[in-house]
Amino acid sequence: MTTTSEPVTAPPTASAPAPSAPRKRRGRLTPYGLLLPAILILLLALGYPIVWQLVTSMQHFGLAQQFGRPAPFVWFDNYITLFSDSYMWVVVARSIVFCLTTAAVTVVIGVGLALLMSGISRFPRIFLQITLLLAWAMPVVAAMTVWNWLFDWRRGVINNVLTSWGLDFQNHNWLQNPLSFFFVAGVIVTWMSVPFVAFSVYAGLTQVSTEVLEAAQMDGAKGPQRLRYIILPMIRPVLGIVLLLQIIWDLRVFTQIKLLQDKGSIASETNLLGTYIYQLGVGASDFAMASAVSVFVLILTIALSWFYVRHLLKEDQS
Amino acid sequence: MTTVAGDRKLKQKVRPGRILLGALAVVLGLIWVFPVYWMLNSSLLPNVVLQSSTPTWLPFGGSFDNFTAVVNGGTFFPALGMSVVVALVTVVFCLAFAFLAALAISRFRFRGRTSFVLAVLLIQMLPAEGLFIAQYKLMGSLGLLNTVIGVSIIYIAAVVPFTIWMLRGFVAGIPADLEEAAMVDGLSRTQAFLRITFPLLAPGLVASGVYAFLQAWNEFTVALVILQENSSQTLPLWLRGFIQQSASRATDWGQVMAASTLVAVPVIIFFLIVQGRMTSGLVSGAVKG
Repeated sequence: MTTTSEPVTAPPTASAPAPSAPRKRRGRLTPYGLLLPAILILLLALGYPIVWQLVTSMQHFGLAQQFGRPAPFVWFDNYITLFSDSYMWVVVARSIVFCLTTAAVTVVIGVGLALLMSGISRFPRIFLQITLLLAWAMPVVAAMTVWNWLFDWRRGVINNVLTSWGLDFQNHNWLQNPLSFFFVAGVIVTWMSVPFVAFSVYAGLTQVSTEVLEAAQMDGAKGPQRLRYIILPMIRPVLGIVLLLQIIWDLRVFTQIKLLQDKGSIASETNLLGTYIYQLGVGASDFAMASAVSVFVLILTIALSWFYVRHLLKEDQS
Repeated sequence: MTTVAGDRKLKQKVRPGRILLGALAVVLGLIWVFPVYWMLNSSLLPNVVLQSSTPTWLPFGGSFDNFTAVVNGGTFFPALGMSVVVALVTVVFCLAFAFLAALAISRFRFRGRTSFVLAVLLIQMLPAEGLFIAQYKLMGSLGLLNTVIGVSIIYIAAVVPFTIWMLRGFVAGIPADLEEAAMVDGLSRTQAFLRITFPLLAPGLVASGVYAFLQAWNEFTVALVILQENSSQTLPLWLRGFIQQSASRATDWGQVMAASTLVAVPVIIFFLIVQGRMTSGLVSGAVKG
């Protein structure tokens, strides 16, 4: 099972040697030719949309434009409207709070499970790893239907169990109140993301030498002390990257939120950035505002991703 | 001798705690896998049983009726066909494009190489949520809404950056010396590549191909805006239809869970394959012999 500890989303960098000696004999243009197809498809499907969004976010889209009139240029008016709109700030604050809370809970549980894995014997460890892998492998939409069923207010097993414990959860609708809506969303996102964290951190933990730990133990360091002064410093690089990736990923929870909203909650009270863009663009055909929010999301993601990318490049060069 | 005795004492002291921790791990594992289990369990039970006031924990006496009902429902096969075609188109083009690009960045030094790698890594982080409105307008103006080509173009572009990065690791792991040695032995460059490098690369291509397949198979956000017509639905959109229905009327959850199982099982199998392949030592031993 140790072979499964490499997260699928993390590229295999560590063992790869540096690129071998450059080829000088061949034509200078060959590498560019090899890159061409990839560059063309990226320009078409990502480059053009990004430029379109930047331009559109500075135009005005009203009723007339829905009937084909060209959109007038308004420069930064949309951004000004957007950021003076209190609802936008509600959505932004909601997204950030949801994202940080979920990411923090995920990392704490993931680290806990990783520590647990390194402290138990083979059989329970493999059992835990298999169960985590199964949860990890679930396609997001299938997972969402299952969770919708688990939390179903009529016959969901969660209400049933809570009621049988003497709590009043008969026909309790979890998705009606925004707060409990986000609690459910948080539980689901955490359930999906913990396996990645647990496996990555566990892979990091296996690198911590047992000799150092034993030496510390003989010197009288207690469990919490070993954790604080030896284990955590040694896995800090992994922890940092995993936390960063969780934050980036938990900002983009469109699928989960959308599929919970489909179950019949009020969209305006439960929108995060992704569903807000969808509502503006697809729902209201206000492409200018949708583009402005999209540009905001892209800038936020790039700013956060920068640290991750720098880390990858550094690891690549060493 | 004293250290051995000390060790033994230590282990004896730790053992009961270790068993407790092991039990805790098993309990946590059961909690974690419960939703997956509940999907399978419910998929085998008839709706009458699922609608009773006490949950049925084990699917004894269950049947595959839900599966036959879902499969014969008339909407499953078109969605399956759509998903398979989109996923295959994505895999083929993504692998071809990514392989060429990976070759370029791991076998050549050229101006703009570092910027390209940087761009690829940044692009791979861009969220679909920040782009899908523009992509929807793009495909609309190209007349490619509700088509395999339209959605595939976006999927290829979404998956190609990470695939380049993944394959680059594999290509770089194969020493160019190996290829050159074969050329010294009289093979042409193409032959050397096809006979030496390509077989070594196969596991990497499989892993990346499965990765691309899973991304295309599971994708929801882009599909939701590009494939709005019922006739062009992929499986995730088809599944979403069941959730929407459950908002307004009593749902046959047995059938919904059977549908989810049908979508999830191929993914789980492929996922386990790619997990194993990611870390296997690929070329270790190829040079030594």
